[in-house]
This record gives sequence, structure tokens and C-alpha cells, in this order.
Amino acid sequence: MSPDTKKPRRFTPDRDVKPWKGAYVPYDILKEAFVAFLAVAVLIILLAVVFSSPDEPAVTLKTWSVVNPVDFAQTAITELDGTSGTASYGPPYNSTPDASQHMGFFEPDQWFGVHQPIDTAQDFVIGPLRTLPNQPVTQAALNLYQSASSGQQTAWTTAYEKAVANATDVNGRLKVPAGRYGPVGAMIGSLTGMAQTGGLDGTLLSEGQFYNTNYTKPLLFLADGSYLANLGAAQHLSGDQWGMMNETGNYPGQAWLWLYTMWYQVSPMNQSTNADLEVWVIMMVLSVGLIFLPFIPILRSIPRWTRVYKLIWRRHYRELAGT
Amino acid sequence: MSIDTGDRTEAPARAESRQWTARMRHAAESAFPPDQLLPDRQPAYMASWIYVFGVLTVVSLAWVIITGCVLAIMGPSWWHVSSTGHFVNSLHLWSVEAFFFFMVIHLWGKFFMAAWRGNRRLTWASGVICFLVSVGAAFTGYLSQQNFDSQWISTQAKDGINSTGAGAVFNVLNFGQMLMWHIVLLPIVVALIAGMHVLLVRRHGIVPPFAEGDDDAEAAVATGAVPAEEPA
Repeated sequence: MSPDTKKPRRFTPDRDVKPWKGAYVPYDILKEAFVAFLAVAVLIILLAVVFSSPDEPAVTLKTWSVVNPVDFAQTAITELDGTSGTASYGPPYNSTPDASQHMGFFEPDQWFGVHQPIDTAQDFVIGPLRTLPNQPVTQAALNLYQSASSGQQTAWTTAYEKAVANATDVNGRLKVPAGRYGPVGAMIGSLTGMAQTGGLDGTLLSEGQFYNTNYTKPLLFLADGSYLANLGAAQHLSGDQWGMMNETGNYPGQAWLWLYTMWYQVSPMNQSTNADLEVWVIMMVLSVGLIFLPFIPILRSIPRWTRVYKLIWRRHYRELAGT
Repeated sequence: MSIDTGDRTEAPARAESRQWTARMRHAAESAFPPDQLLPDRQPAYMASWIYVFGVLTVVSLAWVIITGCVLAIMGPSWWHVSSTGHFVNSLHLWSVEAFFFFMVIHLWGKFFMAAWRGNRRLTWASGVICFLVSVGAAFTGYLSQQNFDSQWISTQAKDGINSTGAGAVFNVLNFGQMLMWHIVLLPIVVALIAGMHVLLVRRHGIVPPFAEGDDDAEAAVATGAVPAEEPA
């Protein structure tokens, strides 16, 4: 069809506009930008002077093990026996069966597999303990544990897990009731001592080179315990406290994530074991929908139906009514 | 087969028309005439405070970049040990808060104006994409603070990121990686999209108000979308 014979497209008010035939007014775009630049400068300087910014110090494995050695030991045994959150996480840390979040057959983390492999027993407990010099008792305990059958290891770790549930903190020292947990008591006790000196922080961060910037291992170990979670809850940062959009103290956080965190508060996501994936899928669909909103019937008509534009352009419509 | 007309004066013109550089210049001049790129007048309907939030968003982004550059010059640990550094960090934080505050109002304002009308759909889409990428840029900033906040946010956010499979290449627990995303990759993307958005606004102009009678779509027939800024 030639351009001459092409039928005019039907006017759709939510897509098309009629050319502006009205008046134009002087407008100094650079002056406006300069004034706005200065105004925002004044605003952020005032806010910075009056409110400053939060900087809650980072917690360490050292502070955790000193403040709450019982929680540390209770977490460490789950790293050793493979029942911690990280040990049973699935991709990208390990290939624990049925650990991936999914929506029916949609299981995207399985597509990429294990990219940051973490063996919690080896990486969080045995490996760090092997770096301790001049600790023959610890090394002998490690040798005994590693040479035992897996059944024996499980018997020891199970016994220790029961015993450490009743452990006490005696002036910062871990006191675990006696039990038939073989070398595991010496191993976890030694790991707790190592953490209390600060040695475990450095060992977990080490990637075999001088400079390191990857905190994956120490952060995962911290997140497996209750210590970090309790600190977060005290700062109203937990998921059920709309924590994603909160900040330490009384500062505004990422308020723009209100919709993202809202989905975690409502059913069925607030009860779902696949909540993270479900919320991400919802947000991706909504984000794509917002991008393509001008093409979506009904939604693109909302501005015309709500008539909020009458308020925005009230002077224009007032002048139209007056002519 | 080319025919030599004997007119040697046409040769440079023909050569220039085939040049990538010349074509680029012509396209830019055509798309962005100087009086459209830097206009000194606007349609009279632009008489609302809502229009201020677009420029406030842009200048807030400028302050985010400026304060971020100062922090980058001194390094990621500076603001923890220096009162001056902490003040610059405060400026960075509040410029980010201002940036999002103004941007969200701008976005809602443009929604209620149906600002995608008249061939402005790409302008709308680029604005939304800029908002979404900015969310990612701010998020990686929170991960790069090296304090309790970073620890908490990274250990909480890993579950969402990992559930999508993105955790395989985007490790929120890796401070070095997140810092690079925050100060290099995402700012480049935000700046490029924001620049593109501003140019599209300049190219198409600001959307005209709904005409009286637009509510009756059946009655109106036109030839299609028309740029708003017609010569007076």
C-alpha cells in the first residue's frame, strides 16, 4: 500500500496527542537547572549537618564468639554435621537435593548450578582448625574425626549437638555438658577459642592471597547463627518488620523497595518456602509491565479516567474555560 | 555501475554523504536542532510545580555522582575513620534519598499526565528503566558500606538473588564485586539511560494536556501522534 492510500490511524487519546496550537512562554532551561542544582545542594547539606548518616560497626566472628560463645558453638556444630542453613542451601553454594526454590518446573537457580562451592565442614571448621599451629590436641582430634566412619562421625556430632543445647557461658568460656561426642568437643571448643582471638575472621576471609575482598564465607557463617539475626531484629530490619526498606537507627532506608518487601508480608508468600522466587517473579512482571504500560489497554487509560491531570494542568483548563 | 558525469565538484559531496561521521552529524542535527536541544521557550501549559521534579531528579543525580566521586577518590574505608569522610558520606546518602524522592514524584506525575502519548513511549520506558537500574545502583551502594548494614542487607538479599539464579554471577556477599558494580558498571548505565531520557524529552518535547473531548474517543479522528512543540 502506498503512503497516499494509507488510511489515517484512528485517534486514541491514551496514545496520541493533538498538536499544540496555543501560546509559548519564555523558559530559561539552564537557569532553572542551575537554581535547582544550588537548591538541592542546600537541601542535602542541611540534611547531612542535621541528621548525619548511620554507620553501625560491622560485627565479627570474634565479637559473636565472645559475646555469645554458646550460640557460636551451636552454629559451628551444624556447620560440621551439615545441617546449617548454608550447608543445606543448594545452589550456588552446594548441590543439596530439593533445596532450590521453585515455582512448578521453574527452578532457575538449578540452571546455573554451584558457582561458589562451599563445604561447611571443611571450609568453616576442619580447614580453619588445620591452620592452627602448636595445637597437638586439636590436630589429634581432627585426625581421629576425619579417620572415623561417617556413621561414627554422625554419632559424635549428634551427641555433641544434644550436649551443646545445654551449654553455658562461664565468663566468656564455653562450658558443654559431658557426653559421648568423641573428638568433636575438642574441635568445636578449639574453633570457639580460635574465633574469640579473631583468628577465624582472617582465616575464613583468606583466599590464599594477601589482598582479599570476598566476604562470602564469614558472612554465611555469621548468618547461620542467631547472633546476627537478633541484632537485625533489634534494629527492626527483619523481613517480617518490613526490614528491607528500613535502616539502622531511625534513618530512612531504601524506601523505594516498599512494594518489594510488601509481598513478603502477604499470603501466600509470608508462609511459602519459595517466597523469594515468587516475590522476584511478581516484581519482574510488574517492572516489565511498568515499562510497557503505554501499550497495555485499560492500564494506560487510568490517567484519563482518574482526571488527576485536571489538577496538574488546572491553569491551562481554567484558561480554556475562560476563552 | 557508476557514470562519470565529469563534474568533479560533486565528488566531495558524494564522499561526504557516505561518511559515517557526516551521516552521524546530519542525523544529530536533524534530531536535535539547537533551539530544541536548548529551548528558550516552552508551551504555556507547562505551568505546574510537577515539572520541577524532573530537573530536581537530574541535579540530585549530579550530586550523587559528585559526592560519590569524592568518596571514590579517598577510598572505601575513608568515611569510617574521618569526620570529613563521614560528612561526605552523609551528603552522598541524602543526595540519593533526594534523588529517589524526586524521581518517584516525577514518575507519578508523568503517569497521571499519560506522558507516553504522542510518540513518547520510549521516553517513558527509558525513565522507568532508569528508575529500576537506579534501584540496583543504590542497592549495591548499601552493600558496599562495610558496616553492619552491609552485612545484614547482603545476608538477607542473597536469598532473593540466588533464587533467580543470578547469584551464580552476582554475589552480594562479595564486597569487592559489589563495590565495582556500584562505582563503575551501574553508574555508567544510569548516566547513559538518564542522558538518553533527557535527550528524548528534548526531542519530543513535553506532552500536551488531554484535549477537551479526549474522553470521547469515538468522536476524534486524527492522523496519528504528533510532536507537541510546533512552531508558534
